[in-house]
Amino acid sequence: MSTSDTAAPEARVPAWRRLAKDPQAVAAFAVLFVIFTLGLLAPLVTGHGPNESDLSAVNAPVGSPGHPLGADESGRDILARLLHSARTAAVSALIGTGVALAIGVTAGLVGGYFGRRVRFATEWLFNLVMTFPGVLLLIVLMPLTGGDYRATMLIFGVLLAPGLYRIVRNLVLGVKHELYVDAARVAGLGDARILRRHVLSVVRGPVIIAAAFMLGSSIAVQSGLAFLGVGSLEIPSFGAMISSGFRNLYIAPAQFLWPSLALGLTTASFVLLGNALRDALEGTGPKPLKIGSGQRVAVAPEDGDGEGALLEVRGLAIAYPAPNGSLKTVVEDVSLTVEKGQVLGLVGESGSGKTQTAFATLGVLPAEAVVTGGSIRFEGRELVGLDDHALSRLRGKEIAYIPQEPMSNLDPSYRVGAQLVEGVRAALPVSAREARQRVLALLERVGIADPKRCFDSYPHQISGGMAQRVLIAGAVASRPKLLIADEPTTALDVTVQAEILDLLRDLQSELGMAVLLVTHNFGVVADLCDRIAVMREGAIVESGDVRDVFREPRHPYTRMLLDSILDGSAVREDRPAAERSLT
Amino acid sequence: MSLLEVADLRVAFPGRGFRAAPVEVLHGVSLDVAEGETLGLVGESGSGKTTIGRAVLGLVAPASGSIRFDGRETTGLTRRARRGLAKDVQVVFQDPYTSLNPSLAVGDILSEPLIVQGAKTTEARSRVRSLLDQVGLPAGAAERLPREFSGGQRQRIAIARALATDPRLIVCDEPVSALDLSTQALVLDLLVDIQERTGVAYLFVSHDLAVIRRISHRVTVLYRGDLVETGPAAEVTSSPRHAYTRRLLLASPVADPEEQARRREARRRLTESSLEERVI
Repeated sequence: MSTSDTAAPEARVPAWRRLAKDPQAVAAFAVLFVIFTLGLLAPLVTGHGPNESDLSAVNAPVGSPGHPLGADESGRDILARLLHSARTAAVSALIGTGVALAIGVTAGLVGGYFGRRVRFATEWLFNLVMTFPGVLLLIVLMPLTGGDYRATMLIFGVLLAPGLYRIVRNLVLGVKHELYVDAARVAGLGDARILRRHVLSVVRGPVIIAAAFMLGSSIAVQSGLAFLGVGSLEIPSFGAMISSGFRNLYIAPAQFLWPSLALGLTTASFVLLGNALRDALEGTGPKPLKIGSGQRVAVAPEDGDGEGALLEVRGLAIAYPAPNGSLKTVVEDVSLTVEKGQVLGLVGESGSGKTQTAFATLGVLPAEAVVTGGSIRFEGRELVGLDDHALSRLRGKEIAYIPQEPMSNLDPSYRVGAQLVEGVRAALPVSAREARQRVLALLERVGIADPKRCFDSYPHQISGGMAQRVLIAGAVASRPKLLIADEPTTALDVTVQAEILDLLRDLQSELGMAVLLVTHNFGVVADLCDRIAVMREGAIVESGDVRDVFREPRHPYTRMLLDSILDGSAVREDRPAAERSLT
Repeated sequence: MSLLEVADLRVAFPGRGFRAAPVEVLHGVSLDVAEGETLGLVGESGSGKTTIGRAVLGLVAPASGSIRFDGRETTGLTRRARRGLAKDVQVVFQDPYTSLNPSLAVGDILSEPLIVQGAKTTEARSRVRSLLDQVGLPAGAAERLPREFSGGQRQRIAIARALATDPRLIVCDEPVSALDLSTQALVLDLLVDIQERTGVAYLFVSHDLAVIRRISHRVTVLYRGDLVETGPAAEVTSSPRHAYTRRLLLASPVADPEEQARRREARRRLTESSLEERVI
């Protein structure tokens, strides 16, 4: 495949068109098309019937007159049998997959969408079906099906259904609580309509993919049974042909080759088609980059003079690779300074690059990000270009971090205390016992009422506010010189936010640490910060002392932001319509 | 008579685990919304504010109590009976990213409520155009998918959908919480503007007192499933009677360093004084 795609496909390229560009899909589809078309046209392609035996042609070799691929042990034309076997395969695949689709998708939609009771019932039923040993059951039921492969495939379809049921049920459970389904309910749509309009569209892709694989496995199972000699011997099928070829392997090896080749090609094509469908419908996702090798840097910063502020960012530029191969700059020429013990608020709206700047300082930008220029100096030491090993000695010790979502930054399967102890021991050379003592003291310091109980709790057992206190405790454990807080109170209730801000302020003055606070909330900045830097579209538009900027914003953007704050002055004064019409 | 009357509403959710007792999240809440009025519901997480909205919309079933719309009881209605109500009661959700089906074009999303109400395709199409115009989006937006729009624009689409059937009440569940500051103000202005033009009433749920203050005529404060106080917006949001509301008010930081320092002090005093006699 070509790697240098011209102009990235924007937004809407229909799935089938993406599929048509995928050589794997095209090849697989072509093979299947040829095999099944020939099967359909069998009477036109060959003059022989599949079971028509000609004693003079027993084990005729390839290229015999009238038998281009030879004939088998009973003198039946191999080409004719192959083509008719393709028909059998097509019918098997359609019956098996059709039944599985009809049962699995319907039950999945019903079981996922409706209440618990319906779900338990369908769940139980399909779990039961899944416990049946598939192929064995098909053989045992032969007397019932009378050896008709179509009846067998019908049963096989039922056995395949649980797989689809599970896929569909899980997807439906996921989509059922989406707000747009709620909105449809509020709009008065009936269940059938919601399922058709909103749920089926989500289910469609994965079901198509699963169906492609099921087509292949239906054919394989039918052939397998025929190979074992189960079922009617009258029906031409790849399996029966392989079986017969097997018996004559030493007399006429080619007899074995043709049906094996046809069966292999068919099932392999279905698998490849399924894979291609998956890529087209669900996307392959970006290639993961190797992590741990440190930040990708385009231009190494020049050596500057040593001492300066605690943190000094100069001309920082960060870019991400765009789909068309070029680099898209998200942060450009950002410079900021944080002095010892100072609190800097980095403010901006979503997409302004404030978090990218903070992450660059921590050296934790996503692997595909590239620092295209500038320098970040911490205590005079250049951070840009350091490898992960060197950076990790700084992180957690000299530079600490508190995230926006406290819960997702705690591992749910370990106790809170154990996670903190691990962090403390990574940063400081202390024994496990000493670390535990420190952690307990810290938990008490950050205002947790029962530190011991919190220490022994799992993350899901504590509240969001408490989780943030825990992370703050972990962050300040090593008495860092710089704390980077990324929207530390955004996910919290206002009363909890006020408490966390109090805690941060107290700790900051107690430890004399500098704080780089990333936030969109001017109230939080007013509460905590000494200085402020306002970002917009990847650049800093204004920075200065908090009081000055709030009193007299110089940049129109800052002014606009401050004006759009809904503070005390903005109270609604007009009266409701009903009252007005009375007076 | 009020447009919406909620009386002694109790809602319980099934407990976690086998045979667990249900957990009551609303302990008897009563409120009313007049025609063309905005009632702000403010509270923190777990206060039950969103649950009230969902109960009014019929998305959760109350354990007891009544919800009357235009004098008619709406609890315990069948789906079919509820459909009649769908024309009058609509919703705008918090998250504009998940409240619009990503695979439907905006025009289809907007015409959905219309078609349920029996509109013809051509009627629906022209109505969609006027709806887009009402919320300040270009007519070409109808052909595009939700992902082609920004958060604020998506919320406009959600508002347009709510307006489609000319409802008399829209439940707004944190409609601006996911938006940037500058977008927030614009969307709130749009909501006020629509209310002035159409006389629709809002039940406006938010955790943000400043937002509530800007849009509400009256405000109801909730705390852990109980109603704390109700009153005119200016009163409740500037001189609250209840200690919890006062705490809530002082807790939200203001964008003014000096004023914020004063607030902080006031809040500290309030917390200290209430440490002995834990209110609510």
